Amino acid sequence: MAELKFTTDHEAIYIDGDTAWVGITEYAREALGDLVFVELPEIGRQVSKGDEFAVVESVKTAAEVYSPVDGEVVEANDNMEGDLELIAKPLADGGWIAKIKISDPAQLGDLMDEAAYKDYLKTLD
Amino acid sequence: MLKHTALHDLHIKSGAKMGEFAGYDMPLYYGEGVIKEHLWVRESCGMFDVSHMGQLIIEGEGVAEFLERLTPSAFQEKRQGKAQYTVLTNEQGGIIDDLIITRLSEHQFFAVINAGCKEKDIAWVKEHLPSKLTLNYMEERALIALQGPKAAKVLEETLQCDVSDLPYMNARESKSPCGKDILISRVGYTGEDGFELSVPPDVAQRAWQGFSKHPAVKPIGLAARDSLRLEMGYALYGHEITAQTSPVEAGLSWVMGKNASGYFGEERIREDLEQGTVRKLVGIKLTDKGIAREDAEIHDHDGNIIGALTSGGHSPTLKESIGIGYIDSNLANIGQKIFINVRGRNIAAVVTKLPFVPAKTKSMKKAAA
Repeated sequence: MAELKFTTDHEAIYIDGDTAWVGITEYAREALGDLVFVELPEIGRQVSKGDEFAVVESVKTAAEVYSPVDGEVVEANDNMEGDLELIAKPLADGGWIAKIKISDPAQLGDLMDEAAYKDYLKTLD
Repeated sequence: MLKHTALHDLHIKSGAKMGEFAGYDMPLYYGEGVIKEHLWVRESCGMFDVSHMGQLIIEGEGVAEFLERLTPSAFQEKRQGKAQYTVLTNEQGGIIDDLIITRLSEHQFFAVINAGCKEKDIAWVKEHLPSKLTLNYMEERALIALQGPKAAKVLEETLQCDVSDLPYMNARESKSPCGKDILISRVGYTGEDGFELSVPPDVAQRAWQGFSKHPAVKPIGLAARDSLRLEMGYALYGHEITAQTSPVEAGLSWVMGKNASGYFGEERIREDLEQGTVRKLVGIKLTDKGIAREDAEIHDHDGNIIGALTSGGHSPTLKESIGIGYIDSNLANIGQKIFINVRGRNIAAVVTKLPFVPAKTKSMKKAAA
């Protein structure tokens, strides 16, 4: 069973060994509405936890995507630029925006698991 | 507490995503999302609840002369039924609001004003209203827009109103099937052929439900209304036009009457016409990837700030990024290469002829680029 983690900013993270595959949650997608553009990060960029590293633009607004951990951007999902619908797919099935090599695995402990994220969503409405 | 239009319950029932606009709880989009709604209007017929807009009747002997004091447009010569897009100007030649004014009869005009400007517009008109004229704000009256190539067909089939001989920018009173008065104006804010129906609240509900049953019709929210008008380069009050912008720099000189004089702000507007303005409103298309929105700085090749976007976003029709904004007049030429700064990054763009998408309105005058 793949391990999925979540942030309070609605990033979804798939942990693959020492790499975090980062995308956005269904809640975030629904809040954004029709997507029109994704701005991907540069490969090799060093990011700190909480840094804006990508932007998802919908018809309505621009939403920053924040890095859930410290690390280095090792891959960006170029396919997404031509096919924004990929963002609705499961992370491991093309829904990831970028992959970040995790430099401090202890930070993963700050992220929510699926049950905790669902509880968190209930507090929002 | 947000205000509700007469159609509010129907929006909630149809599952609209609601949001605040000018103090009203309004539908932003319905089930299918903004892009589908936008494209539906371009190919079929969308219906919009625009009842939040203000509907005024100004009447009495000398009303046409009074309107020529409030606006730089010509009203004395207007035929009955003729509608005119115009601006209320302030003493400094800025714009208090943009509006459509229609001559209903010799001494009676109908005006539709922006929701967010109602209070100040009404105060302004009252402040200057000659004693023999009256102003009536029809607060309860609803306004439904039908927009799109199939709008005339929908109107005829649903309300049995024949509008085949009603030209664009003209209005006529008609009877609804239940016998109540409807004021039908062939106008709009999308660049498509279309109509706005001014109706009492109960008629609005019946008409909305009637239109809903027509297969060519879908309800459209304010989000698509905004992207539709952006593709046409139409001004939105508070964005392209404000109390500081003159109609000349906003590309609205065409609303002026040939011999306009005696209107508020005439001195500055004349000066702008004769000497030109330092900045102009232009259409902008991004030639590199990205989306640029309101307030994004416009840069020249050397990084100098030459203007800013007043609106910007994705064009569903063109599948491109577009915007409108003010730039230095000497760079306001079609084809001029510029850059739009988005989050610190300069995106290549080009000054583009407006409208971005050809207007389908039959006799609508084009804003000078």
